[in-house]
Amino acid sequence: MKKGRVWKYGDNVNTDVIFPGKYTYSVLEPEEMARHALEDLDPDFALNVKPGDIIIAGRNFGCGSSREQAATCLKYVGVQAVIARSFARIFFRNAINQGLPALQSEEAVDSIKDREEIEIDFSLGEIKAKKGVYKFSPFPESVLGILEEGGLIPYTKKKLETK
Amino acid sequence: MIATLLSGVRNDILFTFLAMTFNKGGILGKTFSEKILGLKAGKEVQAGEVVTVSPDYILSHDNSAAIFEEFKKLGTRNVKCPQKLVIILDHVVPASSEQYALNHKIIREFVAEQKIQNFFDIFFGICHQVFSENGFALPGKLILGADSHTTSYGAFGAFAAGIGRSEVASLWATDEIWLRVPETLKIEIEGKLPSGVYAKDVILKIIGEEGADRANYRAVEFTGNAIKEFSLASRLVLANMAAEIGAKNGYFEPDEKVLQWLKERAREKFEVITSDPDAKFEAVLKYDISSLEPQVACPHTVDNIKPVSEVEGEEFHQAVIGTCTNGRFEDLEVAARVLKGKKIHPKVRVLVIPASRQEYLFALKKGILEILVSAGCVILNPGCGPCLGAHQGILAPGEVALSTANRNFRGRMGSRESKIFLASPATVAASSIEGKITDPRKFL
Repeated sequence: MKKGRVWKYGDNVNTDVIFPGKYTYSVLEPEEMARHALEDLDPDFALNVKPGDIIIAGRNFGCGSSREQAATCLKYVGVQAVIARSFARIFFRNAINQGLPALQSEEAVDSIKDREEIEIDFSLGEIKAKKGVYKFSPFPESVLGILEEGGLIPYTKKKLETK
Repeated sequence: MIATLLSGVRNDILFTFLAMTFNKGGILGKTFSEKILGLKAGKEVQAGEVVTVSPDYILSHDNSAAIFEEFKKLGTRNVKCPQKLVIILDHVVPASSEQYALNHKIIREFVAEQKIQNFFDIFFGICHQVFSENGFALPGKLILGADSHTTSYGAFGAFAAGIGRSEVASLWATDEIWLRVPETLKIEIEGKLPSGVYAKDVILKIIGEEGADRANYRAVEFTGNAIKEFSLASRLVLANMAAEIGAKNGYFEPDEKVLQWLKERAREKFEVITSDPDAKFEAVLKYDISSLEPQVACPHTVDNIKPVSEVEGEEFHQAVIGTCTNGRFEDLEVAARVLKGKKIHPKVRVLVIPASRQEYLFALKKGILEILVSAGCVILNPGCGPCLGAHQGILAPGEVALSTANRNFRGRMGSRESKIFLASPATVAASSIEGKITDPRKFL
């Protein structure tokens, strides 16, 4: 389990500021998508983020478009997990389907500060921070399997092979 | 006989009585979403449960090439149910660069190879309009699409929700997906729309009051006397923008207007599914629109809503009348009514984008486009246009747009330093005359 530095943002971080629409059909490789992560929200993010870093945000993270690149770019720029008060439903699905944990914890969002170093224990369902340890809501079984396989594509591939 | 006995009793009371009679054994009535997902899952289900289902139709657009890339990774050669795929090119049509051209080429080759019958190339229009016009959006169907505004088809009584690319790829291969049965918010809209106020103003008002995530993970059912008066085009505006309060799906109970529209368009048989009269809704939100004034969504979120009187005088550079929200004949017609015999302000450029070829042709025949062109509008081909900032009118730093679209997120139409306001076609047309945001009622 690796420590990660926190990048903290507000409510309603939408897919357009996570991955601008103008790139949706011109930027195709995940590594290139990563270079545009959060471009219209925080231009410093993609330049300074380190593998294992964690995004913490408020309500409705990922609202807007169904574009999966919003999850893909965060995963490939090295984000370990996104913690939020709530997620927009399509983003939540996309994150899981990209193998990017999307964790809900009000307490963690309230207590953890920008740039703080925290640790996530996925097996215990805990976020360990300076001020305390916070539980996150466990995943339903339907999504746990997908996350364990590293995303929906490898999950479906395996399912098709074992049929 | 019961009906005769109770004649004179209000309909809702009668229905409640009947429902209670037929629901002996303590089974609560179900919402539309519970019923349709239960039907698809082959068992009784309640909100909160997770079901595995097969959709009736799977929509994708220009993203089909990227979905095909994911599909190839699954190690399977053929799409499991090619007849369920509906692919409509609309996001960047015609291709604006070699990259987009290649994207379209890959999709055309995939369509030919997999023998996809339901393919609509660049000349048809915006996917949500084309999908509806071609009779795929039917009552009681489960429709999933790789586009967040797939919610639109709820206007016809379908369960329609947006999903991501990996999910569509996986659906192409397996014809299966998990869905959580949503709780339902009922939005009751009563009253009569005042002159100069439209469906767009109603949904903007609701989004402003409820916030961008009020309906997250939930279904929204639109009911009320006002809705009955709405045209299908107006209902589509509400169902389309249900996505902007986070809804999984928006739903209207199909009425005679819907059945009439489907008469010549329905692709196949369908079954009307409705919420039981005693269905359990999470909440009922009531709106009276009798004294509503035109509304405007201000930068940079769709729930940043103000009445037009508070935004009047705001200058802008580009107007857009079109998109999957407001590019239908009734929208173009009201814009023409405002702009007839007028000239748009020399400092603004007005882009008009009919939602589909059918709507385009109808507007053409009715002389609507002539009025708009005479006023100084630029008519673009049916498609998404500049809505998602890919082509046809990108905003420069410092520029401001006033659009009939459904989103105004920062940078969406171009520069990060640009701004977008959203309003009804009437407000956009009237404001284009003055070069600044204005109340359309003085032009109507």
